Amino acid sequence: MTAEYTAGSRLEKIFKSGQKAVTGECGPPRGCDVEHFKHKASFLKGNVDAVNVTDNQTAVVRFCSMAAAKILLEMGLEPVMQMVTRDMNRIALQSNVLGASALGIKNLLCLTGDHQSFGDHPQAKNVHDMDSVMLLHTVKTMRDEGKMVSGTEVQGRPKMFLGAAANPFADPAEFRVIRMGKKINAGAQFIQTQCIYNMERFRKFMEMANDMGLTEKCYIMAGITPLKSVGMANYMKKFVPGLDVPDSYITRLKGVPKENVAAEGIKIAVEQIQECLAMKGISGIHLMAIEWEDHVPEIVKAAGLLPRPKVD
Amino acid sequence: MVIGESKPLAEILEMIKDFKKVVVAGCKGCVTVCNAGGEKEVAILASELRIARKAAGNELETLEYTCERQCDPEYIEPLDDLVKDAEAVVSIACSVGPQYVTARYPFVPVFPGLNTISIGGATEHGVWKEFCQACGSCIIGEFGGLCPITRCAKQLLNGPCGGSSEGICEVGKGSIPCIWQLIYDRLKNLGQLHKMQEVKLYKNWSTSRDGGLRTTIREELKQ
Repeated sequence: MTAEYTAGSRLEKIFKSGQKAVTGECGPPRGCDVEHFKHKASFLKGNVDAVNVTDNQTAVVRFCSMAAAKILLEMGLEPVMQMVTRDMNRIALQSNVLGASALGIKNLLCLTGDHQSFGDHPQAKNVHDMDSVMLLHTVKTMRDEGKMVSGTEVQGRPKMFLGAAANPFADPAEFRVIRMGKKINAGAQFIQTQCIYNMERFRKFMEMANDMGLTEKCYIMAGITPLKSVGMANYMKKFVPGLDVPDSYITRLKGVPKENVAAEGIKIAVEQIQECLAMKGISGIHLMAIEWEDHVPEIVKAAGLLPRPKVD
Repeated sequence: MVIGESKPLAEILEMIKDFKKVVVAGCKGCVTVCNAGGEKEVAILASELRIARKAAGNELETLEYTCERQCDPEYIEPLDDLVKDAEAVVSIACSVGPQYVTARYPFVPVFPGLNTISIGGATEHGVWKEFCQACGSCIIGEFGGLCPITRCAKQLLNGPCGGSSEGICEVGKGSIPCIWQLIYDRLKNLGQLHKMQEVKLYKNWSTSRDGGLRTTIREELKQ
């Protein structure tokens, strides 16, 4: 990891300064209610280094991530623009990367995206001209070599700091780190993991990543989603594939009076953050407080991650 | 082979509601093998249509014929004698069939009685699965002989995604094996797991339907 910046985003600078980074997440609304989006995002300002804006997550139509990223920029927040390959082919993807860069967006998270059968338009046609690994390679090549997929020269290279997702809890278990390595080889400079609940399995994943030298090549951020309720914990455990919520957390949430469940969920999240940060190879935390953005300041503070570092 | 499945009777009845006499044309090719459009199915469909129309007080006459194949003009020809006496044709070949029938009879309405589902095969009695999407440039040799274009819901070439759990794909409510788990197991058996580490780049989709209508020409066979 060199000291030179590929994009010069705040996120990249914090990583390269050796400090732990914190990213948040803010999903655009299912309509064009800008004020609602800004209100949610306002809780993240000053409490995280950059904010992911999701690209039609779970294949549900929302306002687009590029517009959301631009709004964050105007609010003085740094966006991590998510982009999925489900809905656009290589022409549209590259076009959007160029447009996003032209708008001043400097962090891009390349994803394949959830299958549309989970969303609100299950009859939609999917595209999948590329997958996430190819998209990483595409943007890296546009940025570093000034070439599009076709070989056409790019007039003005998109300076993007490139990220990818990794799910340490899917199968085959022994392949998950290798697949993360493929994403790193293709261009990923930082990784945000799927929500972590099974700390034991995550620890093993990180050990493998360290052994393979991946943590020397890439900044890995542990994905944390606070459990808001017993219902949410049960839902995550039963219905989200590859999400493994241990019974011990559910027992803890059940063991406190109803009015204290949320506080207990936050306490668990803070413990997880601290445990992850203590692991070798973890460069930061990706805090996905889904529709709970107003609790982010409290969580980040309790985890001892405030104030956030200032970079030039 | 091409896998087909009968359309719901109500849908076919709606298509032919304005006609009193129709030809029901089957095919002895793929759709006979998958029990959807052969001689037996022609007889059953014709009879169901007649019964339904009789019950509705609007009797229908059917003429039945099962072509050797419906994807060859010469095998459509034997329909001539039936079609001249009929107002419309319901073809229960794969969707190639009704288009060949259409080509032969420019002034006769033709309707599909089947839904063409996939290029695939039977995996057990009464169960057919998809194995190929005719992308026009086969790459299964790179994946242990298994097709991720067809059998991965996201057509990943760098799978498996985070939705693979205990060998099952997150799409399909538990009914679909994760092809990437199968590719992984297969490459492991072959001692070629290193192939899973290679970054696979862009597929050329111009040989698929994305490149426009595909025509295959074998000069040595052309007359």
